[in-house]
Amino acid sequence: MANIKTYAIFTVLVLGLVFLGIGCTGNDAGEAGAPSEEAPEAEAQEIFIKGSDTVLPIAQYEAEQFMIENPEKSVAVTGGGSGVGIAAMIDGEVDIATASREMKDSEFENAEANGITPIEHVVAFDGISVVVNPENPVSELTFDQMRGIYNGSISNWQEVGGEEMEIAVMSRDSSSGTYEYFKEAVLLEDEYRPDALTQPTTGAIVSEVSLNPNAIGYIGVAYLDDSVKAVSVDAGEGFTYPSPENIISGDYPLSRPLYFYTDGEPGGLTKEFIDFVMSEEGQNLILEVGYFPVQ
Amino acid sequence: MFNRNYKEKTIEYVLFAVSALTVVILFLICLFLFRDGLLLFEDVPVSSFLTGKFWYPTSVNAQFGLLPLLFGSLLVTAGAILFSVPLGVASAIFISELANPKVADFLKPFVEILAGVPSVVYGFFGLVVLVPFVRETFNLATGQTALTGSIMLGIMALPTIISISEDAISSVPSSLKQGSLALGATRWQTIYKVTVPAALSGISAAVMLGMGRAIGETMTVMMVTGNTAVIPSFPGGILDPVRTMTATIALEMGEVPQGSAHFHALFAVGSVLFIITFLINLLADAIKKKYRFKVD
Repeated sequence: MANIKTYAIFTVLVLGLVFLGIGCTGNDAGEAGAPSEEAPEAEAQEIFIKGSDTVLPIAQYEAEQFMIENPEKSVAVTGGGSGVGIAAMIDGEVDIATASREMKDSEFENAEANGITPIEHVVAFDGISVVVNPENPVSELTFDQMRGIYNGSISNWQEVGGEEMEIAVMSRDSSSGTYEYFKEAVLLEDEYRPDALTQPTTGAIVSEVSLNPNAIGYIGVAYLDDSVKAVSVDAGEGFTYPSPENIISGDYPLSRPLYFYTDGEPGGLTKEFIDFVMSEEGQNLILEVGYFPVQ
Repeated sequence: MFNRNYKEKTIEYVLFAVSALTVVILFLICLFLFRDGLLLFEDVPVSSFLTGKFWYPTSVNAQFGLLPLLFGSLLVTAGAILFSVPLGVASAIFISELANPKVADFLKPFVEILAGVPSVVYGFFGLVVLVPFVRETFNLATGQTALTGSIMLGIMALPTIISISEDAISSVPSSLKQGSLALGATRWQTIYKVTVPAALSGISAAVMLGMGRAIGETMTVMMVTGNTAVIPSFPGGILDPVRTMTATIALEMGEVPQGSAHFHALFAVGSVLFIITFLINLLADAIKKKYRFKVD
């Protein structure tokens, strides 16, 4: 009987060690994700950035270049989505939240309740292009036509000047910032048609549109290639093609600002990094990753 | 003597603790899944979740209806089973009863390799090869349909069905087969009148497990079924896009605000999925037990 007791204790010990191990890794991750609270902010040599997957390539590339020039400083960038980044900033976990949409009123209220004053910085522009298969004769669409296609009132390419064939409408999943932007800009108050095909990634939209002559989809301009055809769109002022010139000049109507959010006016390393992004060099880096500079 | 006994017991207890851990983990998963899922019913009545016909999680008047997703999953799974059971059982019969041992030894590892292909690879294959094929064959607006998902899931369920059915068929006692042949039955009559009926409960278990594999598959269906949350019509809906429960969770979990009704709705969908796969596994287990008894 004494033996059984020993084994029982041993088992508990093993289990305890296992959970201790699990606990340790959890804590490490938690600390790595949060800025050190002990170091005074002005002297921080390390900042944390989290948020939109759309802004991720920009933030990542800027951070790499910034760290090459300032090897003693560290900028850690993670994705996860605009909402995730903003929530992390409200909780004081990160120094900069990146977002492909404006903060919502509810998020401002949460921030206020936590004693956080979000300040918005527009760092770049992203163009959204509407794409069809290269075989499709349609190459121009008005906003009304796009709205009709996406809310379900237009279902055949014939109705927008194409051939007699059903439209296969591609949309993104609801956690995509592009999905929300497109809904706001094109659908206005309408819902997406319920039979729109939901694609998990921009890549999936490009792949389906390039293979399917009936398909239409929307993608970030950075993802445009020869396998699909971008259409010119008309918001009431004539058809505009999503070329870099038109997006930078603001003529192309489907473009959106990309944001950095900070708690209060940035200081220390946070300010240094944002200044770097907004400098001529930083803005040129944005062009290199396929987005468009603010200036 | 004492020392040896001590070691033996220690190993035994450590192994017990490790296997008990799986039960604990399963229990914890249940607990967290159901706890978050049940919180949905603070915002939405149970009946409107279980019988709701619309899944509009992000609209102003959010609706969390399970039916489009449930029927989507059931349709794709049923199609997969219709496709994979005849093929799988036929292959199993061939491998265990008819094939020359050399051929069987050659086929078996290939069936197992099929099980090891990552689901995203199946999805990619489906997207690039099968989707355009289905669209052109049936002259549809898009090839991302329930049928495409069914075929892909059928292929993915094949290894499970083949290897378990094959085990069941080969463990039919040879005395039964010899008896049948001795009575003058042909080889084919022996297979479909004696061997397959005797292995039937094992084959049924294989089908159930294949079904469990199909209904829980996420990546592949998400890539090839179009993910349209509309209740599919029957039987024409097999050529329409559908959205399964698994794909919904994977698509929407990314940026759902924590603690919102939408967040809890995804957990509730997860709970339903868990209950379904749990029941299927229980059933498969029960059938298997019955079959073991029969062979003895």
